[in-house]
Amino acid sequence: MIERKLLLGDEAIALGAVHAGISGVYAYPGTPSTEITEYIQGHAPEVRSRWCTNEKTAMEAALGMAYAGKRALVCMKHVGMNVAADAFVNSAITGVNGGLVVLAADDPSMHSSQNEQDSRFYGKFAMIPILEPSTQQEAYDMMKYAYALSEEKKLPVLLRVVTRLAHSRAGVVVNDQMPQNVLNPETDRTHWVLLPANARRQYASLVGKQPELLASSETSPYNGLTTHNSQLTTHKLGVIACGIAYNYVMENDPHTLGIPVLKVSQYPLPEASIKALAAQCESLLIAEDGQPLVEEQVKSILGADYNLKGRLTGDLPRMGELTPDSVGAALGVNIEQPYANAQNVMPRPPALCQGCGHRDVYDALNKVAAEYENARIFGDIGCYTLGALPPFRAIDSCVDMGASITMAKGAADAGVFPSIAVIGDSTFTHSGMTGLLDAINDNANITVVISDNLTTAMTGGQDSAGTNKFEAICLGLGLDPEHVRVVVPLPKNMEEITRIIREEIEYKGVSVIIPRRECMQTLQRKLRNKKK
Amino acid sequence: MKKDIILAGVGGQGILTIATIIGDAATHAGLNLKQAEVHGMSQRGGDVQSNLRLSTDLIHSDLIKQGAADLIISMEPMEALRYLPYLNKEGWVVTSSHPFKNIPNYPEEESLMQEVNALPQVAALPIEDVAKENNLPKSANVVLLGMAAKYIEILTPEQLRESIARVFAAKGEKIVEANQQAFDLGLNAVK
Repeated sequence: MIERKLLLGDEAIALGAVHAGISGVYAYPGTPSTEITEYIQGHAPEVRSRWCTNEKTAMEAALGMAYAGKRALVCMKHVGMNVAADAFVNSAITGVNGGLVVLAADDPSMHSSQNEQDSRFYGKFAMIPILEPSTQQEAYDMMKYAYALSEEKKLPVLLRVVTRLAHSRAGVVVNDQMPQNVLNPETDRTHWVLLPANARRQYASLVGKQPELLASSETSPYNGLTTHNSQLTTHKLGVIACGIAYNYVMENDPHTLGIPVLKVSQYPLPEASIKALAAQCESLLIAEDGQPLVEEQVKSILGADYNLKGRLTGDLPRMGELTPDSVGAALGVNIEQPYANAQNVMPRPPALCQGCGHRDVYDALNKVAAEYENARIFGDIGCYTLGALPPFRAIDSCVDMGASITMAKGAADAGVFPSIAVIGDSTFTHSGMTGLLDAINDNANITVVISDNLTTAMTGGQDSAGTNKFEAICLGLGLDPEHVRVVVPLPKNMEEITRIIREEIEYKGVSVIIPRRECMQTLQRKLRNKKK
Repeated sequence: MKKDIILAGVGGQGILTIATIIGDAATHAGLNLKQAEVHGMSQRGGDVQSNLRLSTDLIHSDLIKQGAADLIISMEPMEALRYLPYLNKEGWVVTSSHPFKNIPNYPEEESLMQEVNALPQVAALPIEDVAKENNLPKSANVVLLGMAAKYIEILTPEQLRESIARVFAAKGEKIVEANQQAFDLGLNAVK
């Protein structure tokens, strides 16, 4: 049945995947990708779905499902691709049996991230097809296309979106649901056992598929030239518009300006189409959200003498997300701006919620750390990263998932004392456990605070993989039971908490303190639901 | 016809509910719509905004161009001012006049409100007070929507009223009535 629904880009992807007949979705929450898995969990009980411990376990489980002949989706934010990269790159070498789509949600401008790396590089690196929708409708439509492409080419397909598509709503016309694939496990072991002899053969097969992938891009329904001035044979300027950047180009009405536009939403880059456009234009603007991947490639396709404009030439900003304004400026469109910036406006950074347990943890840590001359507190990724901001200013670093523990260990090895790590419960099971094992095995002199709020809070309160298991995990990794301490982070317990932190800092070895109190957001949600 | 609206406020103030109501009305009216939201870390007490675009024609960009917004609807006066560079010449600002001070360097209130009130087309009301006085403490955001209703133009106040009924239907008749009352309070407060 065809109907029109108002959907977030993430929801359009989710529904598109369900309608394409997926049997499982695997993911670790991460802005701006979280809502995809949430939507499937809420709307498609027939699809196997439980939050994974991290992006690598998610990627591998999805690959296993594709091995078994069924269609699988794996979703992550861009930095999650770094965690999943080993499995991701090698999935291009094994190839797939059932369709496999890897969804990477990039965050240009770093609205909720520590960098703005462009996942298209991963797709190119792995030598697989990349799809990049420009609208919510395309995001929905592309899922069926992506699974068909994946099964036809026997390769995983990377679907790349950016925050503005993921978190923007639009009307989407949706269609019928396809049946799931039947169980059909792979029988040819040589594709999947990547011993060097097999891997060389598989890699040669991947390289051999590249001309087919290029041909698919040249004829893709999602790539193509639009022009309203066809009687002209030459143009001063043409545009290559990738993914969401196509919208920003079209918002500036390029056709009334006589500017032809080549839309690119499938990679590898359609070289023939690009050369054809270049032959009609004196110069080309490359509009792409993220890093200048296409601009660099087009430079090598057209040669150094061709007049290219883009992020590398300064015609578009080198960093940050594109906007209809920045693209308009590059197209020579003037903006009328009747109002300048207001006088009475101050930045309003996010802050930890009132009543949040992390607040009490930082109050206690700050009190104790002030008693030492050179205390260092290594932070991690989560709501508690906000402890870097006033009034706490409590942490000295925040780099990647799990880095608090291992950086604290390295710093302690170098002589830093006290060397303290602060990590959330979900981040600890994501990537902190292995680092803790290193620290225990080397008897590093560190104090680890696992601030446990019983949920993955920053992304909206998804289940946390280690809930009720943290003491057991620490003991299982070999920690001395006397140095696994649990406290309740409340102002009334401040004396006890600070005393325990002091004791464990003074203990020469690894200790873990677990302040445990439920997240205010999930608690309030539970209370609201109870009332109903 | 098109209407580009910026919804502004502080995380947790309920601007996404306003967006949901307008979105429902637009969908029922068969309008094209794009609505860019803010999710994630910035929701925790930081500034939040949503670009809401309604049109009878195809909409390309999810983001509104600078100098192109027809309307700024803000739950907080300083947040209304933050998006002034996006407002067009004939554009309206509809805002709460009640400051939400969760930063130490919040501007001096008098000069802030002076700047707000000096705008050529502005409607400002202490919506929290209006909501509380009428025993509707949780519906300040819908009072604000009522204030903005006559400037949305591409949708009628009646269409928005009907959407309030649909959006709150799951919460029961009482909640629907309370929110429609809040909407009418806002609507009637603006001349």
